[in-house]
Amino acid sequence: MKARALRIALPLLVLAFVLLAWDLAVRAFAIPPYVLPGPGLVLATLIADAGLLGQSLWVTLAITFEGFLLAAVGGIALAVAFNQWRAVEYSLYPYAVILQVTPVVAVAPLLLIYLPQPLAVLACAWIVAFFPVLANTTLGLNSVDHNLLALFDLYKASRWQVLWNLKLPAALPQMLAGLRIAGGLSLIGAVVAEIAAGSAGAGSGLAYRIAESGYRLNIPRMFAALLLLSLAGVAIFFALSLLSHLALRRWHESALRREL
Amino acid sequence: MNSPAPAVVSLRGVGKAFESGTVALDRFDLDVGAGEFVALLGPSGCGKSTALRIVAGLSVASKGTVAWPGGAGRIGFVFQEPTLMPWADVAANVRLPLKLAHMDDAAADAAVARALARVGLVDFARAYPRELSGGMKMRASIARALVTEPDLLLMDEPFAALDEITRFKLNNDLLALWQELRRTVVFVTHSVFESVYLAQRIVVMTPRPGRVFTEIAIPASYPRDERFRTSAEYAALCRRVAEALQGAMEAAA
Repeated sequence: MKARALRIALPLLVLAFVLLAWDLAVRAFAIPPYVLPGPGLVLATLIADAGLLGQSLWVTLAITFEGFLLAAVGGIALAVAFNQWRAVEYSLYPYAVILQVTPVVAVAPLLLIYLPQPLAVLACAWIVAFFPVLANTTLGLNSVDHNLLALFDLYKASRWQVLWNLKLPAALPQMLAGLRIAGGLSLIGAVVAEIAAGSAGAGSGLAYRIAESGYRLNIPRMFAALLLLSLAGVAIFFALSLLSHLALRRWHESALRREL
Repeated sequence: MNSPAPAVVSLRGVGKAFESGTVALDRFDLDVGAGEFVALLGPSGCGKSTALRIVAGLSVASKGTVAWPGGAGRIGFVFQEPTLMPWADVAANVRLPLKLAHMDDAAADAAVARALARVGLVDFARAYPRELSGGMKMRASIARALVTEPDLLLMDEPFAALDEITRFKLNNDLLALWQELRRTVVFVTHSVFESVYLAQRIVVMTPRPGRVFTEIAIPASYPRDERFRTSAEYAALCRRVAEALQGAMEAAA
């Protein structure tokens, strides 16, 4: 119980300290807001621009969510295909790796030429989020206990029964770890593509707001938008961690508290 | 050696060579009679587990034949580890073979309850494997092997990883089950004491490649209990089997 309280109290203490130092520094050195706004001003901007930023947050979150969903479905489906048909794995795995190792920042401008902007942004979110789901799920599907596989063989289980009753549940912890990484990455992919797109107009996401505010030297709004992006990332991480915990709490070591 | 009962399964000249070049079994012969309790005894790496897997159809013999004179019956297999699905509770683990065979729910429920009762795990049906002790996990694994009412129960050093107290208890419970159900059991072990305590007949194997060195009948009557375990007869039999095992090791060296 005490350890738990410390885990919450200590980071909050650090936050309070940093905010205080930040505020004091801005006041003491009279730093102008277009160089570094104080925390109070950032908060005020956040409230004042709530309508605009909220709309942008919604756009970015929607793209992130769609990218994540496509990555989750696509990654798991492809991992299952890899596991079931070796030829599919041999044929496609190298290209999945190439897709992953090519920096998405470099791919984004190209996608923006060929695809309409919202679709290009979605594609970027998908590309970066897809690989960890694929790689982790593949690892999970291939790490099934050999004796359990033998047991399923003994009872003449069909391929589908082995997949559904053995391989998928066994791969669940790794799959969820992959999804947790993918959640954060799809936000990054969406932001990168928005920055690369850079074009104005309705339906623009938070990253676009940051770029735009930068051009206009509206530094407090940059900070406010950045803060929202971080909070969105944290919320995604927590949501997926919670999902993972709920799915594994009864049986997997990672979700159990060690008792000493 | 001739078994009194008709053979359930007969292995003739069975050989197994792995891709690595290791020859696990060579010209291995074994007859298992209906209702018999046979122990395969040998040092680790003598191919006894391989022989068991070949009987189960989990591994394919490179040479020789495996015949089922009375037709292939149902097989139950107990691994050295409990091999339970960690994401499923005990009842779901025990139910697995029936689920894979698409048995209807009511019949499966009854069979699972019966199997759990036999191993004394009724109160732990809803427990997850990680919540059980090593001995209880092994009981769950045995219940799963029994749930299909197998004609032949194959056990691959099932109690090797357990402490002695738990192992003795499970030995007794296994014998009680065997006497009640009268299934055929092939039990692989590297323990002289365990094999003498349990089996009617011990097949002593030579290491690398695994071959039958000799067979020893254990004439002691059942039920066998702690009195048998501490008797002079048991000690004498253990010595005889240990000497045979020693001979098997020397023959291979």
